[in-house]
Amino acid sequence: MAVITYRQALHDTLREEMLVDEDVFLIGEEIGVFEGSYKITAGLLDEFGEKRVRDTPIAEEGFVGAAVGAAMLGLRPVAELMTINFSLIALDQIVNHAAKIYGMFGGQCSVPMVMRTPGGGGQQLGATHSQNIELYYAFVPGLKVVAPSTPADARSLLLASIRDNDPVLFLENLSLYNTKGEVPEQAEQVEIGKAAVTRPGSDVTIIGYSRMATVAQQVAEKLADEEGISAEVVDLRSLRPLDRDTLVQSVRKTGCAVIAEDDWLTYGIGAEVAASLSDGAFDYLDVPVRRVAAAEVPLPYAKPLERAALPSADSLTTAVRETLDAVGRRR
Amino acid sequence: MTEIQMPRLSDTMEEGVIAAWRKQVGDTISRGDVVADIETDKAIMELESYDDGVLEKVLIGEGETVPIGTPIGLMGDGSGAAAEAGAQTSAQPTAPAEQPAASTEQPAAEQESARESAPAVEQQEDGGRRPKSSPLARAVAKEQGVDLSTVTGTGPGGRIIRADIEAAASVAPAEPAEQATAAPETPAPAVSEAVGTSNEDVEEIPLNNIRKVTAKRLTESKQQAPHIYLTSAIDVTDLVAFRADLNERLQAAGGPKVSVNDLVVKAVATALRANPSVNVSFDGDKLLQHKRIHLGVAVATDSGLMVPVVADADRKSVSEIAADGRDKAERARERKLKPDEMTGSTFSVSNLGMFGIEEFTAVINPPEAGILAVGATRDEVQVRDGEFVARKMLRVTLSADHRAVDGAVGAQFLQQLTSLLEDPLRIIA
Repeated sequence: MAVITYRQALHDTLREEMLVDEDVFLIGEEIGVFEGSYKITAGLLDEFGEKRVRDTPIAEEGFVGAAVGAAMLGLRPVAELMTINFSLIALDQIVNHAAKIYGMFGGQCSVPMVMRTPGGGGQQLGATHSQNIELYYAFVPGLKVVAPSTPADARSLLLASIRDNDPVLFLENLSLYNTKGEVPEQAEQVEIGKAAVTRPGSDVTIIGYSRMATVAQQVAEKLADEEGISAEVVDLRSLRPLDRDTLVQSVRKTGCAVIAEDDWLTYGIGAEVAASLSDGAFDYLDVPVRRVAAAEVPLPYAKPLERAALPSADSLTTAVRETLDAVGRRR
Repeated sequence: MTEIQMPRLSDTMEEGVIAAWRKQVGDTISRGDVVADIETDKAIMELESYDDGVLEKVLIGEGETVPIGTPIGLMGDGSGAAAEAGAQTSAQPTAPAEQPAASTEQPAAEQESARESAPAVEQQEDGGRRPKSSPLARAVAKEQGVDLSTVTGTGPGGRIIRADIEAAASVAPAEPAEQATAAPETPAPAVSEAVGTSNEDVEEIPLNNIRKVTAKRLTESKQQAPHIYLTSAIDVTDLVAFRADLNERLQAAGGPKVSVNDLVVKAVATALRANPSVNVSFDGDKLLQHKRIHLGVAVATDSGLMVPVVADADRKSVSEIAADGRDKAERARERKLKPDEMTGSTFSVSNLGMFGIEEFTAVINPPEAGILAVGATRDEVQVRDGEFVARKMLRVTLSADHRAVDGAVGAQFLQQLTSLLEDPLRIIA
């Protein structure tokens, strides 16, 4: 086990997979000469050359479309969308082409491509560059959406995404790139579509993904240390397919759930999770499922306002305490 | 038409309770689908369908008890023919899906007034509407036989929550959050003059299946097995220090801790291996000598006493016993243990030390021939070489079935156990 950053885990996995599979190539803006806006692709142009590390014009629809075509013809493109906000330009290619070709043409060819892209706010990048719109893709049959929160999961899920025969949107997060964690030397391939219970507990289930999964973990540990609360944390890891079984099992055990998400509350990922819990764990719920999400505004630029609009460890802690109060476990 | 019958899910099962229907009338069922949750004498298990079809009729509602083999539902092709045919044989037409509809049709204004009139009894009077309660509280109330109308809700807006049901169901104070193991107690003497009377000072609490089984088995045990009791005071000063040292090392290596009870369980298994005459069962005209050592470890749960089994305890390390015990104790509390994880024990250990009990006697869990009751570790003054010294002492009491185990045999077992616990390195040797 080596302790490396989320950024390094992504870089190493891309490089290793390019070494073992010559069909894998990278395409995107500024990924070659500039080595990537977040330096995930540092050094790869020098090592693999222009044919396998393709710099493109600022034309998301164009290069995502090129990746779809390459994938249909048997290559395994990994496209980097500089941020998830820019994926909107390529929405038609992703939703109407990548996601649908396999089904619409009777399975004649699959589209084994990966779209790596970071989401997330909190960096004072303004409303149009700070969004959490992974839901748009998690909504679409034919796509897979994964959202790892740890360096180890980033590595194993990127590997799984590249080797998957369906188009995968691989959600990263600006605030996770520098986080560190243990990563196995030998890459482990995991199954896409499995959530992880990252902390077992018995009083309440906290469900999160991407950045909020790490916040959930911190909150759970703090509540255990300071208030003796035993919170179970479930990291979704995959938004589509959604691992309903793991969620339901956890809530059947604890009887209550708080969902932490960086996206907006209304129609958000948490709404789908809450509906799944209502379906699978209705008779086990002692209190309505609670959601902690971003304020329903375009994210402000001003730092205090931006901070106030995003969900935080504090707002999650309050929601967990209130949920436990409602079932009489903190009295 | 296919009948769904109450299945036989364990060797000792004679009747079962429909804990929940997982399919509603009209649902399509494929072979292998889970149709219902069945509560047996100790566990809740899933009933899978052997056939394809459509659930056309529910004959036995949730919470009802019927003998094995009784038809509980009817499957057909979806045309309703099965339900019609079934109607001639059964007078229980209630489909679970229909029940909730009535309450959602209440006018909003009435619901508002119900929210303000807190006591559930009053709601009963204004039309018998059920009080506001969480789904979990309703499920637990059904399981424990608590009438919701007798419970006052303490959740938001007066909602009845699980804690309220548990408070209503048990006279005893709430279980401590930490792992608590408990002895099989003799059933409390029946308050015969109170049972069945309308005395307002007495609340009747129907027995759940665990309590029924506990009462039956332990009464048999005390009536049939002549118990003898042998108590030893064990100096565990070294054991306590050893455990602290062991846990420091385990923690440094990233492993979970072990408890004193885990060490006791391992030592008991080792002592049984050395004294196989205690690892026996009395069987009418013969003794059964068990070649393997499976230890039952008593666990107190909200619904009653459970005894999960650590199989082949003599061949497991202390850490394995600790992990196995923790896992099973947790699942015992959630009632997720499978029947085979609660049967087959050849000897049991019961520990009330965490409640500060100095020593006690436990009732043998038949067909075992012995159970060890473990008390609390206490600081005591002992005399060693004519001097007063402070030592940590632990008292254990062996209850043995005298039909199978003589006093001297039990004493040799305790002697061996004492020497192991006083020289703790040997426990892990």
